[in-house]
Amino acid sequence: MKYVKPDSLHAASVLLAQETGTSRILAGGTDVLVQLRSEMVEPDLIVDLKQLDGLRDITAEAGGFRIGAAVSGAEMGEHADLCAAWPGVVEGVELIGSTQVQGRCTMVGNLCNGSPAADSVPGMVAANAVARIQGPDGERDCPVLDIPVGPGKTSLAKGEIITSIFLPARPANASDAYLRFIPRTEMDIAVSSAGVNLELDGAGTVIGARVALGAVAPTVRLVKDAGAALIGSRLDDAAIASMVGAVEAACSPIDDKRSTIEFRTKTAGVLAKRAALIAYERAGGTS
Amino acid sequence: MALDGNEKREFKVIGQRVNRPDGIDKVTGKALFGADLTAPGMLTGRILRSPHAHARIVSIDTSAALAMPGVKAVVTNADLAEPQDDFFRDIKDNVLARDKALYDGHAVAAVAATSRSAARAAIRAIKVEYEQLPHVTDVDDAMKADAPVVQAGRADESVPAGSSPNVTSHFEFGHGDLEAGFAKADTILERSFKTAATHQGYIEPHACLATLGHDGRGELWCCTQGQYNVRTICSQVCGIEATQLRVTASEIGGGFGGKTTCFIEPVALALARKSGKPVKIVMSREEVFRASGPTVSSSSDVKIGMTKDGRITAAQAKLRYQGGAFPCGTVEFGAQAAFAAYDLDAVQTLGWNVLTNRPKEVAYRAPGAPMAIYAVESVVDELCQELGLDPLDVRLKNAARKGTLASYGPTFNDIGLVATLEAAKAHPHYGAPLGENQGRGLSCGFWFNFGGNTCVSLNINHDGTVGVVEGNPDIGGSRASISMMAAEELGIGYDKVRTVITDTNSLGFNDVTDGSRVTFAVGLATIEAARAAIREMCKRAAQIWGIDAEAVVWEDGAAKPSGPNAGDHPPMTLAEIAAVMDNTGGPIAGHHEVNADGAGVSFGVHLVDTEVDTETGATKILRYTVFQDAGKAIHPDYVEGQMQGGAVQGIGWALNEEYIYGEDGRLQNAGFLDYRVPVASDLPEIETVILEIPNPGHPYGVRGVGETPIVPPLAALSNAVSRAANVRMHELPMSPPRLLKAMSER
Repeated sequence: MKYVKPDSLHAASVLLAQETGTSRILAGGTDVLVQLRSEMVEPDLIVDLKQLDGLRDITAEAGGFRIGAAVSGAEMGEHADLCAAWPGVVEGVELIGSTQVQGRCTMVGNLCNGSPAADSVPGMVAANAVARIQGPDGERDCPVLDIPVGPGKTSLAKGEIITSIFLPARPANASDAYLRFIPRTEMDIAVSSAGVNLELDGAGTVIGARVALGAVAPTVRLVKDAGAALIGSRLDDAAIASMVGAVEAACSPIDDKRSTIEFRTKTAGVLAKRAALIAYERAGGTS
Repeated sequence: MALDGNEKREFKVIGQRVNRPDGIDKVTGKALFGADLTAPGMLTGRILRSPHAHARIVSIDTSAALAMPGVKAVVTNADLAEPQDDFFRDIKDNVLARDKALYDGHAVAAVAATSRSAARAAIRAIKVEYEQLPHVTDVDDAMKADAPVVQAGRADESVPAGSSPNVTSHFEFGHGDLEAGFAKADTILERSFKTAATHQGYIEPHACLATLGHDGRGELWCCTQGQYNVRTICSQVCGIEATQLRVTASEIGGGFGGKTTCFIEPVALALARKSGKPVKIVMSREEVFRASGPTVSSSSDVKIGMTKDGRITAAQAKLRYQGGAFPCGTVEFGAQAAFAAYDLDAVQTLGWNVLTNRPKEVAYRAPGAPMAIYAVESVVDELCQELGLDPLDVRLKNAARKGTLASYGPTFNDIGLVATLEAAKAHPHYGAPLGENQGRGLSCGFWFNFGGNTCVSLNINHDGTVGVVEGNPDIGGSRASISMMAAEELGIGYDKVRTVITDTNSLGFNDVTDGSRVTFAVGLATIEAARAAIREMCKRAAQIWGIDAEAVVWEDGAAKPSGPNAGDHPPMTLAEIAAVMDNTGGPIAGHHEVNADGAGVSFGVHLVDTEVDTETGATKILRYTVFQDAGKAIHPDYVEGQMQGGAVQGIGWALNEEYIYGEDGRLQNAGFLDYRVPVASDLPEIETVILEIPNPGHPYGVRGVGETPIVPPLAALSNAVSRAANVRMHELPMSPPRLLKAMSER
């Protein structure tokens, strides 16, 4: 096994592109090290990125935020401006692992691990977040929604590295929320989850809504009908019921050791409803 | 046991909350656990496990593995001895499969190599040809006539003719006329229940370091609840004379009953013998789940008749336990414990032990009792609801007490059940208001407790300090408790006593740390050893004073002349007698060896308030109070810790913990992510109320406290959740999908 700390993102990308065996990228390491210890994977190459310039920074950009790929969950949770603008995104990230894991884990790692149950992903998708990607031949941007393509799989090409996540500027009267269901209260993996991002007008009417679901399909689901159901409403019961119907219709989960199709579908609707009400209140709405 | 009037009820040290002697070592990392020892030239041992639930082993080809660099030995079942006794042969065939792999994870072969990676590569190079067989993992399925046969010919003489070959033993207890009893009832309820298999969930995986030279002498360091038991098993399974195998117990990161047998130690010894090098084996968490000893899973039917005013007229329980791929006796404990809390005229319990393609069950705190009492206490609660009766009053009305003929045979002596129920009734928790979607659950619990073989030495040192040597691994704070009892009896400070747990060649035989026996039995032996040392110290003082030994008494840590002809001598303290002992006859020590009985049964009552989320089926525990009779709490922190720990493990069992098997018979959740023990944020502070109704069988009145507290939580939670959700639950765990489904169907 080769362990490399490259000098630049480009060098890292080239190394990964040239590797003929199995490779893994190390930022926080909270997935990779667990996989190594449990012998799920024996990589030939590990590329450590966390020391590279800019990867641990949260910077203001175009009214929004650019969050480096090696920024930890704890660092996001302590960034007051980020928490004020995107509380739903941050609360999703902060649900990854334990307090100890929060000191190391990263949002990008959580995304690239490819789990349909990843806690940070529905929040990012609801936020319309964009990933910046370094490849051997240069940089490109891609919506976070289009990164996961199946359990454990991403759309990234060989050698491509997500270097940062961009969260766009926030208009007034806008906020977001993320909720997940787990059988315990901590240290668990989502059975179902929902991120809701709302924008209101001055009167509290919803003028923009994005609803994203986790753990109810092979990848995160952006449910456009669910968002549309809320637009024009002040989250009255009919609008909520319509949104819950759209959420349940968008679910295509599996029965497994963690839960059932029926339970995942039902709770996805419950969580979307509860998250919408929280986001609405955070955005200044009173229903 | 006759105590000859030596009971002691006034204490100076007992009842204090002294610092634990192992605390600093554990928080600084100095304490040595099973995996912490290394030896020069040590090899890494690793075990190949069956990927099939049930398969005939056609052949094992180890030649490629043996030819690999760094590989020093490969062993299979054929490298072990031939124990004649079924009990030891089953352990042998569990630690390395003989002709069939009997469950997913069953050990098939093992290697020792110079590195972890070499051992891993060698394991992959072993070629095993399997012929897959039909499997069965559910207890009710295994009892069907056409069920796959796990092991043929294992039924004992108790099994009724015509039973499935997977039934290995059958038990029946009770007394009175059931038919007449049920005829007197105003209401009869009959319900069926299921409980999932759970795991003890100890934090430290099994680990050992073995040396076995060509001279036939072995050294074994391991994480265990009983080094003598490990010696007995390994002697039989590996063919070593007991005295040639010295076993030392490491510090132990939890056991709860699960470390009362062997999984890896005979394998490590066999590898050490074959390679001529020390071999260390450390199980991974996945291996612990797949191939150590979880609990039985159960299926049961309980029928109880009650009068309108809450008197139970007759009661019957039928219990079916699967204990994995080897015979176990656990249903006997369940059948005995089921109705122990009740004074009944007509009662019957029937039990069946059943084989399945799962790992063999091992003890887990009060083995067999929680699932039986869960079913009984659930039916009692449902009867209370139907008849509009207070569940505590009904328990009090039917409670077992001194003189009750227990459903399993004996007549109870002094027991604390009524006092415990009355304490619960008087507690503010019982009358506290409940909100919407909230419910309160109550359950009694019981465990027999055990005494057993015990040997203790107590040595007086020249400087007035005292060393106690005992042979039971400390899993619940016993070193502190034993030191406290020695200090109390000798009349010296706790800080002057140090208790160590020794190896198998340094002290006589001791039974395993189980049955909540250590504070009781080792405590009793320690007190008697101290009394022996006191008699000797009185003799030495008499010798110095030139008076009869009978004229010397021991008070407040000193020998004093007593009686008309004793003369006027200043008292001699323990330290003063110790300082001159070389001149008065040499070393002073006390010993005591006993097979202790009189352990004294233990009852507990748990109260829990829960709130159910009607949209998700999630259960929140709002308040939890444990009431338990400890006889005498030697170190109250440890007693409370046992009560809280048992409650928490029971909460896990009730709400989320379960062994999940797929259609292929393979365990699907062999890790702490998907085998969900409670986390701290799931729990309120567990309140505790210790009652002290002295056990007449112990000089200080001690009863074991370690096991009873895991018994009531299952029914207490089920009763609370059923009342909160307004739907009666009959299966554990009450995981959110299961509860939400039940609510949707109510």
